[in-house]
Amino acid sequence: MALDKDLQILIVDDYKTMLRIIRNLLKQLEFNNIDEATDGSMALEKLKEKKYGMVISDWNMQPMTGLELLRAVRADANLKSLPFIMITAESKTENVVAAKEAGVNNYIVKPFNAETLKSKIESVLVT
Amino acid sequence: MAAATALPVTLETRLASLREMYGDAIPVDDLADVVRGLVGSLRGDVSLQDIRVYGELEALARYIHRAKEEIQHIRPDDISDEHIPTANVELDAIVRHLEGATGNILDATENIETVAGSAPPEIADPLLDAVTSIYEACNFQDISGQRITKVIKTLETIESRIVLLVEVLGVNVEKAQDVKAIQPPRDDSHLLNGPQLPENANSQAEIDALLASFD
Repeated sequence: MALDKDLQILIVDDYKTMLRIIRNLLKQLEFNNIDEATDGSMALEKLKEKKYGMVISDWNMQPMTGLELLRAVRADANLKSLPFIMITAESKTENVVAAKEAGVNNYIVKPFNAETLKSKIESVLVT
Repeated sequence: MAAATALPVTLETRLASLREMYGDAIPVDDLADVVRGLVGSLRGDVSLQDIRVYGELEALARYIHRAKEEIQHIRPDDISDEHIPTANVELDAIVRHLEGATGNILDATENIETVAGSAPPEIADPLLDAVTSIYEACNFQDISGQRITKVIKTLETIESRIVLLVEVLGVNVEKAQDVKAIQPPRDDSHLLNGPQLPENANSQAEIDALLASFD
């Protein structure tokens, strides 16, 4: 099944370098409709203003963390089924469990490689 | 031995009053008053048990006094006023330099990627593979930044503990007022651990297996 390369993707990270890296890797995968936010609250505003096909979010951000963003997305009737990938340095089992229980679709641990990013996006968008 | 039976009530009342005022961090001077009152009330027959308690209290007082002197000698105000802020400034500078250097690397890499786009496949393909590897390697800036942030938070914790210790021991109390405002707790603050050391971290494969176990 071919992926929709016109999909609008929102990437969320408080490190501008990471936003740039993820954006560039997504462009290599031929995703060109990419928007950015630097924390959960900014992301939530964007999600309410515009229709996105997927969120790729860091966890540890201020003032709203990625987990809080995920919970807010799942609690919103209009956003609750939005594909959501957590991409974070938080690699403890308790973190993965908390994210899964909050409704994350997939989880990438930093540092990550392009192949992992590609395979997780494919698994989220195909299922 | 009437004083001996009345003593615990007086002592308990005094300790309860101090605890109400200060919680568990009772200033040394107030504690010393209690000890003085306790010792001063030991009149009449003194048993071996009383003498042993007196000896232990005296040793405790000496210990506290010595600790207070040692803390004064290490200049706790220098640690909280100079050493830790200097370390924080240096660490912040490292974070900024890392960000700047990574930005420069990404600028150059994006230029290579643009040039590769107009090159024939036999040149473009290996160039693009190298570009991807550089993007992946630049993950280090985020991870390093988060590790440094953890160190800064640890230093802040040490600083606040030193200030508390100084306050409790009555050393240079006026310096002890400059405690940083404590951030309100987040509902996922217990999960904000930052990057783990490689030997403690779950790998991507382990995380994939963990996620699959939910299905």
